[in-house]
Formats: sequence, structure tokens, C-alpha cells
Amino acid sequence: MTIAQSLGLNILQLVFVVLLAPVFSGIVARWRENVQFKRGPSIWQPYRDLRKLLSKEDRYSESATWVARFAPYAVCLSPMLVTLLIPVLTSFPLFGAFAGDMLAAGFILAIGSFFLTVAAVDTGIPYGAMGASRTRMVGFLAEPVLIVILFAVSFVANSTIPYIVQQQWVQPPAHFFSPAHVLVLVAFLMLIIAETGRLPVDNPSGHFELAMVDESKVLDFSGPSYALVKWGSSMKSVVLYVIFVNVLLAPWGLAGTPNALALGEAIAVVFVKILVLLALLIAVEASLAKLRLFRIAEYLGAAFVVAVTAMIAAVLAP
Amino acid sequence: MSNYHAFEPEINALICGFFVLSAFGMVVIRQIGACLTVFIVQSLLLAASAFVLGAEPLSWHLIAVGCVTLLSKPILIPYVLRRLVPREIYTVREISQALDVPTSLLVALGLALIGFALGTRLVGAAPLLAKQNVIVGFASLLIGALVLAVRREAVPQMLGILAMENAAFLAGIAIAPDFPLIAELAIAFDVPLLAFIVSILTRAVYRRVGSTAVGELAALREHPQ
Repeated sequence: MTIAQSLGLNILQLVFVVLLAPVFSGIVARWRENVQFKRGPSIWQPYRDLRKLLSKEDRYSESATWVARFAPYAVCLSPMLVTLLIPVLTSFPLFGAFAGDMLAAGFILAIGSFFLTVAAVDTGIPYGAMGASRTRMVGFLAEPVLIVILFAVSFVANSTIPYIVQQQWVQPPAHFFSPAHVLVLVAFLMLIIAETGRLPVDNPSGHFELAMVDESKVLDFSGPSYALVKWGSSMKSVVLYVIFVNVLLAPWGLAGTPNALALGEAIAVVFVKILVLLALLIAVEASLAKLRLFRIAEYLGAAFVVAVTAMIAAVLAP
Repeated sequence: MSNYHAFEPEINALICGFFVLSAFGMVVIRQIGACLTVFIVQSLLLAASAFVLGAEPLSWHLIAVGCVTLLSKPILIPYVLRRLVPREIYTVREISQALDVPTSLLVALGLALIGFALGTRLVGAAPLLAKQNVIVGFASLLIGALVLAVRREAVPQMLGILAMENAAFLAGIAIAPDFPLIAELAIAFDVPLLAFIVSILTRAVYRRVGSTAVGELAALREHPQ
């Protein structure tokens, strides 16, 4: 495979994530209403929202500095960079595969959320600052969970490069089926729920500013910058889904050779796998109530304990 | 069946993973009803492990263990508990605990570490089909003991005992696949009886005192109202 081919496939992955991210948010929004026997918005609604917002004027509060103007780009770019590092469609390493491992992916995603947090304080509205501090609380509790999950993964796969981890779990199936793997999966799922701001950590469809965790940070964004923030956060969710589905949960069905047929098949398979994950997340969301703010520490503490047990199991009972 | 045989340890390993997870679930969950659900899931996992281990090489003892477990723990015990324990107890959201949840989680983590380390030593180089069962069972046994010690409410404490029993069985079916059936039957009748007696006691205590928080029953009451 030539470098041009490899780079081209990497860009195809990027296009897959960038173009399909809004439709996944649309599907989540629709299914969330469907489980309550409501009809729900069209799954194409996020695209319409983006078009509308992109054609409007950008307005910033008087106190806003360059941070608020730059943050939407950081939010949008960080998941796009991560997309280059992870196996979205192919099981063989692409151009950017060895530029960074899963830890780097976590840090790059953290850059985006850092800028969004700072920008929320920068705009000067009180709800923004409140949401920012709450997100940081969730964030700093989620960080050790991620690190320990990576330790557990690296004990199993001897690497934290996503492509190699994925290969490790496909090749001898014995690696895939182990107590450590189950525990890593559950810990990572809990982490995804916390990071993408879903129930029981945060209510994404809540309209009450005092109870918001994630949403209140973007209250003061408007026009194209709001569009970028929305698009970026849906891309961040898709990137997390892809890591979970393709690297940890079901590392099968990716294209093994760089031909068009295999890639088309991989696109379909990955799409279906993410839909299955979304159905699981909706089921979790429909069956749980939102936790009180200070119970979030308990929730993430449980995730941490599960992750550490995964690490213990990986080391002691392989 | 050779194809199945190749996958047997893997399926069993998955079951063991979920088993240790359910042991942690009993530590972290506050509502009594949800604790009971976790216990049902754990018993189902135990039965599944018995069936998987008993299928190849075929062992009727293990399959019988699975059937008895399936009948008594996920069906009979929850039925007894639901019927006899007053319904108000299941609606309590915050049950009283000797340690708060984060602390008990950390203790559970330490116990899991000890359990895994000791379990690995115990198994050693023994030619066992399912080493995972012994290791995970040992860790879950210690976590069950923690549930028993930390919870100060009658029903969750009993669920702790039953969780310990589940964990011991998980280890047992791997060590002794030809366990005499009479012992298994004895335990199968013993455990629902335990549930029955504890439920009746709980009911009586709840009627008299209005609470089943065991911690509050330590002090003697001079003048009952």
C-alpha cells in the first residue's frame, strides 16, 4: 500500500466521521423520544440546524476575548485529529496510526473540552461558569478511569495503539473472552456515558439551567460558532463510540484490504455496530434517573473500581 | 462438539467477568430492590457457568447443580423475599450502611486484589478446566463478606450471605465437578429456608419497631411505645 493510498483512506475515515456525526445525534434524539412513545424529530434535524446556524451572524458578549472565538474551532478540530489515530473503517494501520496512542486520543479530546470550558467562563454568563465547574468535576473524576482502562488494555495487548489492540483481540479469540475484557468494556461504557453527558450523569434534554452539566456551557454561543460546537461534540461522541465498538466491543467486520467493496462493507458494518451501541445507550438512559450532582463521584468511583479490577484480572488471572 | 469444546473456557471466562461485576454491584447499589435484581443476575450467571462446565465433558452432576440453582436462587428466594418482607422496605432509597459507598468500594477493591492474588496462588499449576472460576469465586466471596459487614439492613445483609454462597459455589463447581448431589440438594433446600426465616423475622421486627436497620437495633430500648 502506497503512502498516498494510506493517506487517502485516512481522509475517507475523517469524511465518514465528519459527515455522519450529525445523523447519529439525530438518531439518538429520535430514539429517545420513541422510547417514550412520542414521534420525535427527524433524524436529519441536526443537519438542518447546522445549515440554519451556519447562515447566521456570530455574536459574542462584550466580555468575550479571543478564547471564546477560538474555542469552537478547538472543539471541532480535536475529534477530527483523533479520527486519524483510530481504526474507523480499516483493520490495517493507516497513515496516522502511529502518530499517537489511545492516551494521546484522550488528551486531544481533552484539549477540545478544555477550550470549551474556558470559553464558557469567558463569555461571562453565570450559568456558563457553573456548567464549566461541573464539567471539570466530572472530567477530573473520569480521567483516572481512562488511564486505568488504558493500563488494563496495555497489559492485555502489550500496546495502546488502537490498531494493535484491535488486532490483538481479533487474532486468537481467547484474548477476547476474559474477565478482564468484560470489566474493561463496562468501565469504558460508564466512561462514555459520563463523557458524552448522558443520563445518569447529565440530562441532555433538560431545559433547566440550574440542573445542567454539559449544556449550560454553550448557552452563550450563537450562529456559526454554535454550529461548530454542536458538530464538534457530536463528532466527539462518534469518536468515542468508534473506539468502543471497533477496538473493544466488537473488533470484527473492518476492511482488511484497501479495495472499494471491502470499504463499502466496512462502512455498513460500522454504521450498524454504532446503531446497536446507541440502542444500548438509549436503553440505559430510559431505565435510569439522573444522579444527584455529588453522587456522580460515586458513579465514577464505581467505574474506577471496575477498571482497576480489570487491571488486576489482566495481570493475575490472564 | 469439538467446536464447542474450543469455545467453552472462553464463554466461561465471560460469565466469570460478569460475576465479579455483579459482586461489585451488590456493594455499590443502594436500593434493596435493585440489590435483589443483582443477586438474581448473579445466580443466573452461576447456573450458566455450571451448565457450560457440565456440557463438555458431560457431567450430570454439574447440570443438576445448574438446574437446582436455577430453580432455587433466581426464582424461589426472590419470590419468598417479595412475598414476606413488607413492601415499604423495597421503596427505601437510602439504606443505612456502616461505611459510605466510596469507602466500601475502595475496601472492596482491596479485597478483590487479595482475592485475585490468593486465588491465583491457590490454583497454581493445578490442571483445572476453569481456573477463572476459582479465582473469581474467591474474590467475589470476600466482596460478599464485605456486603455482609457493611450493610446495616436485614435484607441486604442476607443477600450478602447468599452472594458469598454463590461465590463459593462458583469456585466449587470448578474444583469438584463430581460433587455428591445430596450435598447440593441439601444446600438448595437450606438456602430458601434461610430466606424464609429471615423474611419472617424481618416482617416481625418491622411490625414492632418500624425499621429493619440492624444498626439501630443494637441499643436496648427501655420503654417501647
